[in-house]
Amino acid sequence: MIQKLVWENVRFRPVRTLLSILLIAVPVTLILTLIGLSNGFLDDSRRRAEGVGADIIVRPPGSSLASFSGAPLPDKLVPLLSRQPHVTQATGTVVQPVGGFDTLTGINLAAFDKMSGGFTFVEGHAFQAPNDIIIDTYYAQQRGAKAGSTINIWNHNWKVAGIVEPGKLSHMFVPIGVLQDLTNNPGKVSQIYLKLDDQRNSGTVVAELKKILPNYTIYTVREWESLISVNNIPMLSTFIHVIIGIGVVIGFAVVSLSMYMAVLQRTREIGILKSLGATKAFVMGLILWEALVLGLGGTVFGILLSFVSRAVMRMIVPASLPQAIVPTWWPIAGAIAVGAALLGALYPGWLAVRQDPIEALAYE
Amino acid sequence: MSEALSPTARSLGSDSSGAESIISVRDLRKTYQTGKVSVEALRGVNLEIRPGEFVSIVGPSGSGKSTLFHVIGGLTPSTAGQVIVAGRDVSKVGDAGRTRLRRDCVSFVFQKFNLLPNLTAADNIRTALFISGRNQSGFEQDFREILDLLGIAGRLNHKPSELSGGEQQRVAIARALATRPAILLADEPTGNLDSRNSLAVLGILRNLNDRLGQTILMITHSSEAAEFGHRIVYMSDGRIVDRSALQKPEAI
Repeated sequence: MIQKLVWENVRFRPVRTLLSILLIAVPVTLILTLIGLSNGFLDDSRRRAEGVGADIIVRPPGSSLASFSGAPLPDKLVPLLSRQPHVTQATGTVVQPVGGFDTLTGINLAAFDKMSGGFTFVEGHAFQAPNDIIIDTYYAQQRGAKAGSTINIWNHNWKVAGIVEPGKLSHMFVPIGVLQDLTNNPGKVSQIYLKLDDQRNSGTVVAELKKILPNYTIYTVREWESLISVNNIPMLSTFIHVIIGIGVVIGFAVVSLSMYMAVLQRTREIGILKSLGATKAFVMGLILWEALVLGLGGTVFGILLSFVSRAVMRMIVPASLPQAIVPTWWPIAGAIAVGAALLGALYPGWLAVRQDPIEALAYE
Repeated sequence: MSEALSPTARSLGSDSSGAESIISVRDLRKTYQTGKVSVEALRGVNLEIRPGEFVSIVGPSGSGKSTLFHVIGGLTPSTAGQVIVAGRDVSKVGDAGRTRLRRDCVSFVFQKFNLLPNLTAADNIRTALFISGRNQSGFEQDFREILDLLGIAGRLNHKPSELSGGEQQRVAIARALATRPAILLADEPTGNLDSRNSLAVLGILRNLNDRLGQTILMITHSSEAAEFGHRIVYMSDGRIVDRSALQKPEAI
């Protein structure tokens, strides 16, 4: 019967119910979108790193996972490393952050093609001039660019030579020499990719390389991929926790407000229940059950909204903000929403159980 | 007579004089405190009601009849005096005790019907049964005679907004009777009804009293309505008075 009372009450005021569910859904969506963006960005990075086709990555000494501080490696290292035992190919890249999460990558097209298996062109062709740029379909969609159009990146006009399938290292590629000049790093690269004769030799080669390049950051690609996680990106984990905290506070506030309004609206009904002999526990139970229903409704709606948010991201900024759907976070976001709903309902519930039945019955 | 129509009084109070009373009120006082202002709503009320009686309380606004009703029904505590309802000393129990009284011993019929608007008539009745810890399934069969008497057997699946005022009040009466209360407390039960429905509801109350022996305490402004009771108690200025003490009883 309690379930029926709760359900009928929720159904009886559809607008209030929907508004409450929407308000609870907001922090759920906020949390899931942020987690989705973090995971999506990292998944995308992992996928693109794998798309290079390399077995080992050599990075500057002391470099962190997500940092690209210019191009401090001498590109003379590339031929040196390519001559090491088991190394069959080596290519250096220059990575230049160009705002937000976007980076412009300078490549030696021939070497990069050889290692990665080459781009799959959807439109256009490879570099033919110094100011040519190759972009993937995500970035082309984001910028509304087509082969032959001109786009401005990092205060430089680039002609889109070709649009390629995504999944290889970056969303934007330019000739390495041009980017070295633009960044005042002639003869320098940001990182070097190595391909081996056999991936099983990766451990041995890394150990040998660490002997000749002490202090350098050297990973197998497998290690690199495994390191690309939320916990290994400095501050990201803290940032996510802060956002979750904000989500909880927002959830708590909106549910409190919603339940407070619900209790006010139902003052007379609570008076009726009390006149029938309903105990404080019964009234509190009703309020908490209703909060639970709204919390669960908000969770489901929030999850659905995270799909909408992903669709919008894919439409507007597919390259810069790839959003993943992370089902493992659904129960966590749900627990936060339901917990906030229950906590938020406690005060209005307490008000409800304290209500004088006579005053409640006289409430208009 | 079916179980539903059997006499409903479960436990009776008895005063020190030995007379059986289902309601026994002795020197009842109730003072409301509003800020620094005290309002004495009841100033030493004494009242005895026997099981099976249908008593009407009449009096002008501010006479204290609603306050008396609320104290007897356990909706508000008394300030002083003794109130025994169905064997329970209401003046000595706290909020939980008054809640139990409302759940187990008394039922209310209000002027504004006070049905839960989001529930059907049947679910309103089931809610009262649920709160009182009774079986809710099949109440339509258990209470067939009452529902027929009230004329709402065919209206149980309607929500209050789909019912006329008279029908809503009949549902409220059915809900009140469903828990088989020792005492039915009716607060201006015809106050929101037209004269035809008023007469019908009052007739139902009298019929319930005659046929079931249901104890009824009714508050009313209307002297005509009050005539449906066995006994009329007049109140003025927080006290029970002789009718002759009221200068213009017709004005009540």
